[in-house]
Parts: sequence; C-alpha cells; structure tokens
Amino acid sequence: MNNYILEMKGIYKTFGGIVALNHVDFFLRRGEIHALVGENGAGKSTLMKVLSGAYKQDSGEIIFEGEKLSIRNPSDSLKKGISVIYQEFMLAPDLSVAENIFIDKLAEKRSIINWKKVNTSAKELLSSLGFSDINPEEKVANLSVAYQQVVEICKCLSRNSKILVFDEPTAVLTVAESEKLFSIIDQLKNNNVSIIYISHRLEEIFRLADRISVFKDGVNISTTEKNNISIDELVLLMVGREISQMFPEHNHQIGEEVLKVNNFSISKNQKPINFSVKRGEILGFSGLVGSGRTEIMRAIFGADSFNDGEVYINGKKHKYISPRESIKQGIGMLPEDRKQQGLLLEQSIQINTSLPVIDKFTKFFVIDKKLEKKEVVSTLAKFNTKYRDTDNNVSTLSGGNQQKVSLSKWILSDCECLILDEPTRGVDVGAKTEIYKIIEDLAQSGLAIILISSEMAEIIGMCDRVLVMREGQIAGELTSEISEEKIIKLAMGV
Amino acid sequence: MIAEKNKKNTFNIKNFLIDNNTYLIFLFLFILSSFLSKNFFTVMNLRNIALQQAAPVFVAVGMLFVVLTGGIDLSVGSMMALGASLSAILTANLNVNIILSICITLIVGVILASFTGFLVAYANMQGFVASLAIMTIARGIAFVITNATPTRFPENTVQYLVSKSYGYPIIILTIFLIILFWFIQKYTAYGRLVIAVGSNSTAVNLAGVNVKKYIISVYALSGLLSSIAGIFVASRSATGSPTIGQGQELDAIAACVIGGASLAGGKGSVVKTLTGALVLALIRNIMNLLAVPSYPQDIIKGIIIILAVLLQTTTDSRKTDV
Repeated sequence: MNNYILEMKGIYKTFGGIVALNHVDFFLRRGEIHALVGENGAGKSTLMKVLSGAYKQDSGEIIFEGEKLSIRNPSDSLKKGISVIYQEFMLAPDLSVAENIFIDKLAEKRSIINWKKVNTSAKELLSSLGFSDINPEEKVANLSVAYQQVVEICKCLSRNSKILVFDEPTAVLTVAESEKLFSIIDQLKNNNVSIIYISHRLEEIFRLADRISVFKDGVNISTTEKNNISIDELVLLMVGREISQMFPEHNHQIGEEVLKVNNFSISKNQKPINFSVKRGEILGFSGLVGSGRTEIMRAIFGADSFNDGEVYINGKKHKYISPRESIKQGIGMLPEDRKQQGLLLEQSIQINTSLPVIDKFTKFFVIDKKLEKKEVVSTLAKFNTKYRDTDNNVSTLSGGNQQKVSLSKWILSDCECLILDEPTRGVDVGAKTEIYKIIEDLAQSGLAIILISSEMAEIIGMCDRVLVMREGQIAGELTSEISEEKIIKLAMGV
Repeated sequence: MIAEKNKKNTFNIKNFLIDNNTYLIFLFLFILSSFLSKNFFTVMNLRNIALQQAAPVFVAVGMLFVVLTGGIDLSVGSMMALGASLSAILTANLNVNIILSICITLIVGVILASFTGFLVAYANMQGFVASLAIMTIARGIAFVITNATPTRFPENTVQYLVSKSYGYPIIILTIFLIILFWFIQKYTAYGRLVIAVGSNSTAVNLAGVNVKKYIISVYALSGLLSSIAGIFVASRSATGSPTIGQGQELDAIAACVIGGASLAGGKGSVVKTLTGALVLALIRNIMNLLAVPSYPQDIIKGIIIILAVLLQTTTDSRKTDV
C-alpha cells in the first residue's frame, strides 16, 4: 500500500470549449491536511466537483486506495468515503440534528426506527468532536451556522468518510468559531482522515495545512510542503502570470465625473462606501467572491434595497433609486448571471436587445418593428455579433454572442455609465478579447465604466483605477502600478 | 454579420407538424366529426357551437395573458357567476339601465381581479393561491346577492346579445376580441412585455420595466373578460345564475395548454388558444351528437388533453446553435 489515499492523474475537463482543468495531477496523502489555493476560477472547485461526482472529467483517472475509481454520480463517491462540505450546507433545516446526521441510513432502513438509539449515537458522535452541548433532537434550523457546520461534519463522519473536503469552511464563521473548527480538523487528522482544505485565507492555510497546492488557470502549478514556503512566496506563485496580448491599448480620455456614490451602505452595520467614476474612465472593482461588490452595485442600480447614502448622476442627486429610474438617468447594468438575470433566453434576439428601450420604438402602443429591427441590427453589428436572424431565440447563440446582445441593449439605451458585473464569465478566450475591445471602445466614446471582475488579469489589463473590496468594505484603492500582488494583499487583508 | 450559411431554411415536415400541431388536431377532429355525424357540419350546429363558445373563448384569452406571465387565475369561473348574477340583480331587482349595470358589473369584476393581481405582485403570493381565495369569494358574493336563486333579466335587455336579427352580437364580439388580442400580442409593447415578464421577470425588472404593473394588469384583464363571459352565458337563457362557470377555469387552462402555452410563462398564442378552446368544444359537441353520456365525455376529454400536450412536449426537442 502506498502512502497516497487518493491520486488524481491528468484530469482534463472542459465546459463548452473552455478548459477548466488542464491535465491536473493531484495527490493526497493518508492523514494529511492538503490546502488548495488559487484565484476564483483557477480550477480548485471544479477538481473537487470531479472528485465528488458532480462533474465527469473528459479524461484522466482517479485512484482511490490503490484502486481505480469510476465515479458516475455523487452517491458513488459518498459510498467510497469521499465527502465534500460545501459552503451551502446540505442539511434539511426542519429535521432534527440526529435525523440529519443519519439521514441516508434512515432512508435505507426497512424496519421501525429506534429513535432512542439514533439520538444516542448522534450524541456520541457530537461529543467525540467536543460538542456535547448540541441537543440531537433540536431542529437544525434553530442552530447557529457554526453548529450547523458541525452537524454537517458529523454527517460525513457517520458515513466513515476517509476523505473530507472543506470548501471555504470559515467564510461563514466568526474568528472564535473558526478556531474551534481548526481543532476539529486537527482531531480528524489524528483519526487518520485525509483532508482537502480550500480557502482564500492564507493565514488559515499556514495554520492548518501540511502541504499546499497552488492552482492557476486550470493547472496545478505547484505542490509543496508548507514548511518550504512563505506567505510572500505563495502569493507570488498565485500571481506570476504574464498579462498576454489579450487587452486592447488604452486610448480613452478621462473627462468629468458622471456617477458619484456618497456614504452608501446596504446594511446598518456596514461601513459606508464612497467612490465616483468619470466619463471615459474604466473603474475596476476587485475582491474575492462574496466581498460585496455585486451587492453594492445592484443596490446602486436599484435592483436591491439599500440602507443609506446618496447617488449623484452628472452632479444631480438621484432621488428614487430603482432600475427604471436609473436607466432613465443613464445608468445601465450588465448583471453577473447572464442567463438568470440578463436575458430572456427563449425569446428572440430582437426582443432582448430592445427590452430597456421598447418605449423608444412605440407609437401609440404599437411597436414600429421595422425601425426597431434596423436599430437592433446596427447596434449588434457594431460589436460584430454573430447570429442568423434577429428572430432567433437568444438561447441559440454562444456565450460570447449572448453577452454581446446584453451589451447592445445598454448601448441602444444611450446610457452614460455602464456597470459590468463579470462581463466575460463563461465566454471563451476569443470572445473575451472581443469584449475587452468593446469595453475599451465604449470608454473611448465617453462612457463611464465600472468593471467588476474576479479575474485579476482582466482588472489589471482594463482598468484605470481599481477599488479592492473585502467583507463589504473598500479595502483600498490602486491608481498606478496595479499588480496582482497588491490586489491579493488588499483582498485578503494580509 | 449573418454567419451561418450552411444551414438553410429548408421546409421541414417535422418542424411544420410541431409548430402547427394545435391546428392539425383541430382539423383532424373537425373532419372526423363531419364523418361521424351528419348533423355536425350543418349551419345550425356550427352556429350553436359558436354561441356556446363565445364565453369560454373570452375566458381562455384572459387566462392566456395570465399564463403568459407565469401565473394562473382560478377565479375565472366564479367571476363569470358574479358577472351574470350582479348584472341580473342590477337590471331586474334594482331597475338599473342595462348598459349601466353591465358597466358596473365589469368594474366590480376588474376591481376584484386586480386584487388577485395585487396579492401576487406585492404580497408575493402565488397566483394559484391568491386566485383560489378570490374564486371562493367571488362565488360567495354571487350566491349572497342572488339568494342562491337564478334571477331573470327583464325583457329587451341581454337578449339582444344573442338575437338573430342583430347578427348574433356575441359571435361578432368574440371575433373582434380574437383580432384585438392577436394584434395586442403581436404588435404592441404591452403584449411583448407580458411575454417578457413570463420569460424572466428578474431580467425584465433589471431592464427598467415595472413588472408588478404588468402582473396586476393581466389579472385585471382576466377578470374583465370573465365578467363579460358571465354576461354572455346569462344572455343565452336571459337568466343570471350564481352556479354558472363551474370548472370553467380548468377548460380555460386546458385551452391554453392545448394551444401550446407553457404554464411556466413566456410562451403561448391567442389564435392557438382559440383553437384549443374549439378543440375542447368539438370534442364535447361530437360526443353530444353521438349521444355519449356526460361522464364518459369527461374521461375522453381528459385523455385528449394528455395526448395533445404529450405531442407538443415530446416532439419539441429542437435545438439550434450558432
């Protein structure tokens, strides 16, 4: 028996032509804590989804305890003893703690359930982790998030899991709760459970891990013993990429202020945010997923409610903040989830493109479809959008072309300030380059652009100025010599 | 600009069948009926179908617009009863002028139905639940104001709506309604935005459209059309009864669905919904002519609804890609 419990070799996975995992090798030792780090979209989570059976790899093999594994669905990997604890717990909130812990065993049971025994076993399991204060008969919904996580861990232990994957487990915990989790993880390690630990928080990783693997662009670029690497070296590893020729030359002229946000907050206990963006400027918003970038922008646009603050457009206070008013005042927003929030997939390209400006083509209730089509076609042409006919459904287009339809919509509406939330998510490299060119052209034509992106290269390659957010606040502003290292340090607070 | 060249727009039998299956089912039933009974293809029978179907078609078109937004209106049958009862009480018992009583009736119907829409749009209630509540309320009001007995209209009031010498106004009104709503759906911003709301209300809201306004409006419209339908039914017997329209919501939903509408919203057509309503009418008519008793009729109707919808969902797996 070798000392690896898990060997993932040459794992290759694509999504519609985009390579998510590029022949990744990943080896997990028996009883070690192995941390995975990397930017959003570097491939960590995809690899774990391949392991758990949520995705099927295109090629590559998984060897578990010296035996080749073919995982077809999540229950296959669970049976083998591989459990993943996601950020969103897989618990039934209205069932008791004990019911949740033993849920799969209860489902298989053919006879009457001995509740006393179920509750006692749950109690034993909870106590073994030092949580004898959790009542196994309590409803899960009544527990704190930290305790729910403990229940989730117990659920995995009840299946005799040999590998436990934690995906950003501390994102929802306080410092004290995190400490407690770390001691559980140490204890699991002593019980010879092998642990894969995904986190953005480098201090945690140095506190816990035995070994660290760094992912970048779908490749495992380095696996090292923790003791052989420093935080600075790790950051450098995560960064070290050449900014390729993907980005257009900056040629836009920055003019006067268009949008100004004053003392804006979305909840009472959030520190207010201040920023402004000028005509022809590309302002980047960087930060980790969940750092509050999208939430702030949605509230400014009026899609969600906010707590306090003012928004000025061209020096005029924006009174009723709603999407309708924002669009009237000249703000447009490309939402982060194109399919759920941006497009009517089963409607035509024409309907989608003219949606915010349908009034412009309507005379006495009736739409002038000829005029509409003319304008739609000419706007789509500006972006070199590929489609057969404006009557085709948007769902027939590729991701990049769908995004161009989404963009065209705001160009038609003559907006002055455009908020772009992850504009290149889920589009291939070629379309990305085109979208970057479009963004640069829009800035040149005098639009003020706010670019939210989780891709460092995109932020650095496109923006004149970058605001980095952390935990709902602006952690810092970078105006010159913007580098990944600076952004990561601000975003992670190291 | 237009990229794809190798895929030509050739005539495709399969696509033709899928796109027009509602019409084909109708045509098939029509021809079949003509063969099955010599009494079917006669002026009198066809006129009877038209007179009978005016009300169901009005209700189905109202339902369609609710369904297009992804909602459902179960109150339409009760709204018919309320429309028939209220207009009868106003004219017969309170001596209100017929035109005025119809206006009052329609206003009441619209207000009550708007309330359903309000519950859906602002109280985040599901259309099913909100309209279920309004359904019992409307029916209850109809029973209360009529003392649970049918009320006869005075002479020279609603009878005109079905009179031969005026050219059967309810048939003319139905034809007018279909043309009007076909136009609304195809050419107006309102028609487009109703469909857009049903396709993805989040995206429509982010495009600056007041989604709530559209949701309330479709329920109001459905209330208006079903109140009119109630008056139509009353006009045929010159009696306003609180028991009419029972189960009409199910026929209306069935008409939309046979017409290819999706209950998830965003898909459906006025002309096909009309055809769907007529398919249901044909099934009933031919079985009546063949003297099939009423309960077996229901069984056969149910089976035909399943078949019609199966035909749409199983064959429609077309996917194209640029």
